[in-house]
Amino acid sequence: MVDDPHKTRRQFLAIDDVSKTFDIGTDEVQALSHVNLTIDKGEFVCLIGASGCGKSTLLRIIAGFERPTSGEVSLYENAITAPGSDRGMVFQDYALFPWMTVRENIGFGPRQKKLAKKYVDEITAEYLNMVGLTKFADRFPHQLSGGMKQRVAIARVLANECELLLMDEPFGALDALTRESLQQELLDIWARTKVTVIFVTHSVEEAVLLSDRVVVMTAGPGRIEADVPITLARPREVSAIDFNQVRRDITQRLTSHVRAGAPRELKAVA
Amino acid sequence: MSTIPSELPVPARARSAARAPWLNERVQSILLGVAFPLVLVVLWHQLVVVSGTKLVPTPYQVGVMMWDFTFGGIHNDAFSGTIITHLLASMQRVYGGFFLAVAIGIPLGLMIGKVKVIRQMLDPTLSLLRPIPVTAWLPLSMIFFGLGPRSAIFLVFLGAFYPILLNTIFGVRSVDTKLFEAASMLGCDGSKLFRQVVLPAAMPSIFNGLRLAHGFAWILIVVGEMTGVPTGLGSVIMDGRTLSRTDLVITGMIVIGVAGFLTDRIIVAINNWVLRWSPQHHG
Repeated sequence: MVDDPHKTRRQFLAIDDVSKTFDIGTDEVQALSHVNLTIDKGEFVCLIGASGCGKSTLLRIIAGFERPTSGEVSLYENAITAPGSDRGMVFQDYALFPWMTVRENIGFGPRQKKLAKKYVDEITAEYLNMVGLTKFADRFPHQLSGGMKQRVAIARVLANECELLLMDEPFGALDALTRESLQQELLDIWARTKVTVIFVTHSVEEAVLLSDRVVVMTAGPGRIEADVPITLARPREVSAIDFNQVRRDITQRLTSHVRAGAPRELKAVA
Repeated sequence: MSTIPSELPVPARARSAARAPWLNERVQSILLGVAFPLVLVVLWHQLVVVSGTKLVPTPYQVGVMMWDFTFGGIHNDAFSGTIITHLLASMQRVYGGFFLAVAIGIPLGLMIGKVKVIRQMLDPTLSLLRPIPVTAWLPLSMIFFGLGPRSAIFLVFLGAFYPILLNTIFGVRSVDTKLFEAASMLGCDGSKLFRQVVLPAAMPSIFNGLRLAHGFAWILIVVGEMTGVPTGLGSVIMDGRTLSRTDLVITGMIVIGVAGFLTDRIIVAINNWVLRWSPQHHG
């Protein structure tokens, strides 16, 4: 998976005994409890679990938006304490800058680095092309469909040369057809750029279709239930028999900890 | 869509509406918008004639005064042909106060909205000062700035300042925190964040404040020019009152109304251009 064997010596992403407690009024809610996980460079990892299992919280800690209550997350053995341009988040609701055109949104990261305008334009053109939005470069976000907005959001973090693409249910708000084509585009981009992806989803099918590893999380408090390598050959076919076997296996792991009296969570993962 | 109704028996009027619905809508809005004030003017004329009052002039007398105020040649008194002098004087004060309020209100609002320490320090004071009517500042303003245009500018500033400040704070406070997260992960933080994210994101709300403040600025010009300045539309109205020249008072009122209306259209046009990324904020 990693071309350069020297790079594997240094740990890429290490999540070391991370716990996170939120204060909600006078209550304390433990979102994550002693989570350990390492991710190699170039891997595509899905975090899956029912609502409230802390998968989004874990992603936000990796992004640097939240600090862990205890434990540490480190990238190349440097502790993550704040957001940085080495990690790019793709939000479910896009979080594009509405006052900027598609082109300006994608060029936002390069512009912060004070690159010459020529290079910013080159980078922007390259990623516009990668996500197929060259024709829509001068539109504002409100003039785009949901799928196009999410393409812009992906291009925006890739143009910033992030090494770790963090995706928080990015296709959750899209219709099924758009979701399918974006999943395929994401896989193409991943194959081309060799970017490491951590992808949060609650769809087992999406997780099995996309990832090298599916990390199953359970709630109350959030922790890792299972870490399942997906060895199916790519490209994967959701209707294949072996695909369904893997999907069934992961669904079982997801639901094994759901106790009676919590039928809503069952529905959420189905 | 337009091909379907042409095959159906559609009344002629509906068909012409389908051809240019935008134009019809526009014509109707202009006709109605002009008709109503015309009815008011006729009513005004009739009421003056029927009641036989000498205190209120007829629309015609006001029209004559307006002509004289603009071009001169009728009354040939101190007010003949002086409209430009008074209008420019008033505009200087309106926009002096307005732009002062913009220059202080927007940066202060951005900081109060985004920086907790500044909010904690300034919010109680500003909240205490805010309910005080601008007119209550009149005596103090005359002591601070004397009897002159600076006093008027100060009063206009006070009136315009709070709408701009409060709307800017509100705009900053209601920015989706995800935009700040997105900016910080893309390498934009600190002071760069203010110019590149906080300011543009708060712009719809800021323009709300600008429009309100601009309206207040024109309203307050009469109060501001009551402080004894020799020129300005407010002083014309005050002079008209002292001289019992109601036609002059109404003329001054109309000029302020028209100037306020036209300049508001300019603000709306700027608003629509700056916020071209957000059609729901178009005025």
